[in-house]
Amino acid sequence: MSAYLLLEDGTRLDGLACGHERAVTGEVVFNTAMTGYQESVTDPSYAGQIIVFTYPLIGNYGVSAAAMESDRVHARGVVMRDAKNREDVATAEGGWLDWLGDCGVPGISGVDTRALVRHLRDKGAMRGGIFPAATGEAEARERIAAEPSMAGADFARTVTPAEPVRFEGDGPHVVGIDTGVKLSIVRQLREHGCRLTLLPCTSTPEEVLAEDPDVVFLANGPGDPAALDYVVETVRELVGKRPVFGICLGHQLLCRAVGLETYKLPFGHRGANHPVKDLETGRIDITSQNHGFAVVGPGGEPKIEGDEPVRWDTDFGVAELSQLNLYDRTVEGLVLRDVAGATVQYHPEAGPGPHDARHLFDRFLALAA
Amino acid sequence: MPKRTDIQKILLIGSGPIVIGQAAEFDYSGVQACKVLLEEGYEVVLVNSNPATIMTDPEFATATYIEPLLPGPVTKIIEKERPDALLPTLGGQTALNIAMTLFEDGTLERFGVELIGADAAAIRRAEDREEFRRTMTEAGLRIPWSMTVESLGEVEEALADGRVTLPAIVRPAFTMGGQGGGVGRSETELRQVVSEGLAASPINQVLVEESVIGWGEFELEVMRDRNDNVVIICSIENVDPMGVHTGDSVTVAPAQTLTDPLYQDLRDQAIEVIRAIGVETGGSNVQFAVNPESGEIVVIEMNPRVSRSSALASKATGFPIAKMAAKLAVGYALEEIPNDITRATPASFEPTIDYVVTKIPRFAFEKFPGSEGRLSTYMQSVGEAMAIGRTFRESFAKAMRSRELDSPAEIPESDEELLAAIEVPCAERFDQILAAFERGIDVEAVHQACKVDRWFLRELQGLATEGDGTDGLARAYKAVDTCAAEFEAATPYYYSGHERPRHDGSPPASEIRRGDNASVVILGAGPNRIGQGIEFDYCCVHAAMTARELGRDAVMINCNPETVSTDYDTSSRLYFEPLTAEDVLAVCEQEQPEGVIVQFGGQTPLKLARTLEEAGVPLLGTPVHAIHLAEDRGRFGALLRRLGVEHPPYGTALSAEEAEVIAAEVGFPLLVRPSYVLGGRAMEICYSTADLKAYLEANVKADQEHPLLLDRFLEDAIEVDVDALGDGEGVYVAGIMQHVEEAGVHSGDSACVIPPLSLGEPMLEEIRATTERIALELGVVGLINIQYAVAGGRLYVIEANPRASRTVPFVSKAIGVPLAKLACRLMLGEKLADQELPEGPLEHVSVKEAVLPFARFAGADSVLGPEMKSTGEVMGIAADFPTAFGKAQAAAGVRLPQEGSVFITVTDTDKPAATQLAARFHDLGFEVIATGGTAQAIERMGVPVTRINKLQEGSPHVLDLIRKRECDLVINTPTGSGARTDGYEIRTAAVRHGIPCVTTMTGATAAVRAIAAGKQGAAEVRSLQEIHQSAVRAAEPR
Repeated sequence: MSAYLLLEDGTRLDGLACGHERAVTGEVVFNTAMTGYQESVTDPSYAGQIIVFTYPLIGNYGVSAAAMESDRVHARGVVMRDAKNREDVATAEGGWLDWLGDCGVPGISGVDTRALVRHLRDKGAMRGGIFPAATGEAEARERIAAEPSMAGADFARTVTPAEPVRFEGDGPHVVGIDTGVKLSIVRQLREHGCRLTLLPCTSTPEEVLAEDPDVVFLANGPGDPAALDYVVETVRELVGKRPVFGICLGHQLLCRAVGLETYKLPFGHRGANHPVKDLETGRIDITSQNHGFAVVGPGGEPKIEGDEPVRWDTDFGVAELSQLNLYDRTVEGLVLRDVAGATVQYHPEAGPGPHDARHLFDRFLALAA
Repeated sequence: MPKRTDIQKILLIGSGPIVIGQAAEFDYSGVQACKVLLEEGYEVVLVNSNPATIMTDPEFATATYIEPLLPGPVTKIIEKERPDALLPTLGGQTALNIAMTLFEDGTLERFGVELIGADAAAIRRAEDREEFRRTMTEAGLRIPWSMTVESLGEVEEALADGRVTLPAIVRPAFTMGGQGGGVGRSETELRQVVSEGLAASPINQVLVEESVIGWGEFELEVMRDRNDNVVIICSIENVDPMGVHTGDSVTVAPAQTLTDPLYQDLRDQAIEVIRAIGVETGGSNVQFAVNPESGEIVVIEMNPRVSRSSALASKATGFPIAKMAAKLAVGYALEEIPNDITRATPASFEPTIDYVVTKIPRFAFEKFPGSEGRLSTYMQSVGEAMAIGRTFRESFAKAMRSRELDSPAEIPESDEELLAAIEVPCAERFDQILAAFERGIDVEAVHQACKVDRWFLRELQGLATEGDGTDGLARAYKAVDTCAAEFEAATPYYYSGHERPRHDGSPPASEIRRGDNASVVILGAGPNRIGQGIEFDYCCVHAAMTARELGRDAVMINCNPETVSTDYDTSSRLYFEPLTAEDVLAVCEQEQPEGVIVQFGGQTPLKLARTLEEAGVPLLGTPVHAIHLAEDRGRFGALLRRLGVEHPPYGTALSAEEAEVIAAEVGFPLLVRPSYVLGGRAMEICYSTADLKAYLEANVKADQEHPLLLDRFLEDAIEVDVDALGDGEGVYVAGIMQHVEEAGVHSGDSACVIPPLSLGEPMLEEIRATTERIALELGVVGLINIQYAVAGGRLYVIEANPRASRTVPFVSKAIGVPLAKLACRLMLGEKLADQELPEGPLEHVSVKEAVLPFARFAGADSVLGPEMKSTGEVMGIAADFPTAFGKAQAAAGVRLPQEGSVFITVTDTDKPAATQLAARFHDLGFEVIATGGTAQAIERMGVPVTRINKLQEGSPHVLDLIRKRECDLVINTPTGSGARTDGYEIRTAAVRHGIPCVTTMTGATAAVRAIAAGKQGAAEVRSLQEIHQSAVRAAEPR
């Protein structure tokens, strides 16, 4: 069955429907990783988004329970050049396209994804939709127009747990504000022996402190950090009282909580090959990335130029840049110098992507000591 | 960290002649390194014996030495040049081994030369099997069980006490391309492979290890800088599972069947490996085997240097590994180097790609009758092609057509036979698999036969039954940009993919940035094969350089990932495409070029010339009809007669019966071959009607389509090769080469010398004049090569080829004139009168010698004949012929002995000359050994001779002598080919045991002169720059 992808600027690319056949709209973003499609679509940070995979062959090794980053698919739809439904590898428990279908997620294959990505690179991520060929373009355009913009969107409420989730452990008690945590982060923290409590993102500071955390963790998650003032307010009440670390959206939320600004990147960072320099060690890690927003530099500029140490004066004292993206010199993490707190914009837990930066968990957990 | 300023002069060692396992990829990597080091302000001293390389062009180094790649000559160069550092990681196994020898014998320390890139300890940890095992085990990595063995006895013991389980793999230490290795499936087979491996290893050491045959094979290309930052450039998956050497495997990039966790495990382990081995800076290749059932990973090996795979990874991703390795070696960190392709981002990243790359090997078993043709753990392919497509099927189909097979693969009739054939890895394996799917055989049956991963088999099944998936789609050119379009690419490196037309019916988006400049399309030579090698790539690269110099956009089309021509900065635009009419016409459609150059890439582009011309594509240089005229015996014969030039009698037959009639008219001996040949395929000399009948039965289907050519073979003639330039009005005779071997040995396999040794000035003048007349008559604009034979004081034309010949790079280096560049200028309208062309005698002698691959093909006869068998060539330069010839022999790996014994056995007609030869050897202090008839003849000359039994006379006979290595040189001229004669047994035994074997009398005469010259002391070394400078001669075109 034919289907097409339509963008809000009128760009149309045709292909074949796969997965669950239905119309879907969302923010169209691209991911340049060559492996890890199942991890990506189940990552809650993709809520509200349609993922374009730049690697043309998607589905080569099927799907498995072990590759789930949450309990369901969060991406709204998937755009591919050459979708596969194979289950030949030993770890496969099902075919990718069958599974997408079972999960009710539409896909489109046969799309000139490279042309699409070049367009998104030049024009920026934008709203769009996957539609069965039978859907008229006028209707499709209306549905896209009805889709709220990602800027200002609060998706965290849709992916946060209704009740606290608890994991036992002998190590420090990590209490997370769960805006859509990836299971790889949970696995990393548990491998470090942490006792882990994940709270709904609407939790109050009192509720968090009532858990008596050794360290507060701000999770990754979807949407615009500027739309999550209620979380930011909570975090403001916790900074200085307990050590806090944040990953991805959590990094942005902690930064906003101490008074820094965030902005929307033109097309985001999504992939598994971005070099990030750890300014504390001088090492360069190849990182797993998935974010559409970033933290503004000290002078208000989006990018950090020069090799001088970078410091912000925040509401809680000095913050220092600790992680720098060498692709576009954007902020990838910082450390609070006067209170216990640290952040990272990318995904040290990998899942999918390189394991280079897993050592960051040691650094974060050292805050609890 | 900035670049190092404590070193000024860096020595680079090339990889020498093209041989199986070490080919053009090291010219590519060496050129990148030379360019970048010169740019960085270092003085570069380069040594390489291979004249057909771009790196040995004088402009790529401060001092270029064309010398044998042996510790002796390299030491002399170090002594003379006093470099501060030696970069050993860019010239393949050859450079690494020489560097290690010079380290171990104290030369480097004595002259204060630092090893940069990888130090001796790291090289040893990677290369020495025992150290490698220890290092990996200490790093907590699993490698297959293994044992280092230095004698057969150790294997017997291990078999007895159960430490060895079968099947087991045998890998010799310090050899390239796994030469001499193999698989032992039974105890007998294991013993045989171990003995061969011990003989092949320069340190007589082999590794016997656990077989992981059938496991998935993966390679990761890793780079590390001084700050210990490590990045993976590319993952490569072998479609052929473990058991077939990766050089002989079809491989794809990126890996297709790995889940993210499994890929990340490999990535982590690869990083662990490069750190544990301790390669400080630069690129390495790590090979893994992965159990498809359990996901268990074992490390197979690591190369602490750039390799064939890193060349492939560079072309597959756009990331120039060799260039980066050179920069890292002089102190830069990855983050300090910009990514050339995006320019905006640094090199400290991992390329991500949005297409599928397929590499496919090109084999030449048909050239080596007697060889088994079974693929194993040592490399046997002679070249490779790479293809890029948007899908696996598209990529694979492009790769298959990039091979340019001379004839379609033979497919067994019955399904049973076909599946049985698929079980044994061979050159046609994937043709067979596709045929099986066409016949409806299912994936499971094929998987059981070949163990190729089902993922690939399902794709191949789709390819066989539904096609490559491009139906209804339109061709679009996409860029290779290292980043899957995340950033804009500055470097124009393209491939074609097929995409759906846009909704409004307009074609899919192409990314070509054509500009308004006139473009010149250069058609490359495709995969290396015997008869069409790096020489043609050399010419194509020169054409690209020249087109750019003359203000045109140089547009390269080629599919060979090993070459300099497919480097992203060689041309203005690179199209990585198969060289078929369809693919080339599509590029011409995009480019609308000023003209296309078809004369530089060997037969590959010439075969397309007519189609291009018919499609209205303008071709540059000599008109196509002249090229075809020269290949048409009848019309060319008429032209020669018109010019009053002699040629040997000939005839053309369209059937076997006709061939016998014509043979009688032309007269024996006859040179017989099919028309339109490449490297003399299926070419033979027949001395009688019986010979001819045998040839016709074995080889030939003479018919209207494939006429058979019969030429009178001129016995005892001197063969001469001439390369000349023409501009349509004038002719410049650049080089007259005299072959060392007599006529009858293919010119590609024959040693040759400039200037000619035994031709007088009147004959040289006749050759010049004849060349001029033929070139003018053909209307040559560009290059022409003419082969002559001089017999009985008369000059005969054997053939003329109005195009770049194999000898163009050699002649260019011998005379110090870049012929291909000049030819390109002429093709673009300049005149000979505008060029600087030296004339007059040369002060030095240059010898070209062919390098033969017999050691790779167990059972193949090493005799030279009219069919070309060499894979590459070397050059020796000296003040006199014997010294130059000796250098060329040494460079070609022929270790001419300085003392010891020589075994001489020759055909009856050679006996008089052999007695002279024996006397020379005796005078030089050699013991002369011979069998019956030859011994008698030698004794009559009063030369002492040791008699030895012929084979049928019983042990101890000649083979025992060779097997025990009780002689140091074998001189054997053949008495007829193919049959299992004494000569065949002697020659193959000599090859197997590494004893130099000369098969022609002229070759033997040259060898004895070289030995005599060698006894006078080691030859001096001079750089090309010095040689060319001292050869300042009058500049006046003819």
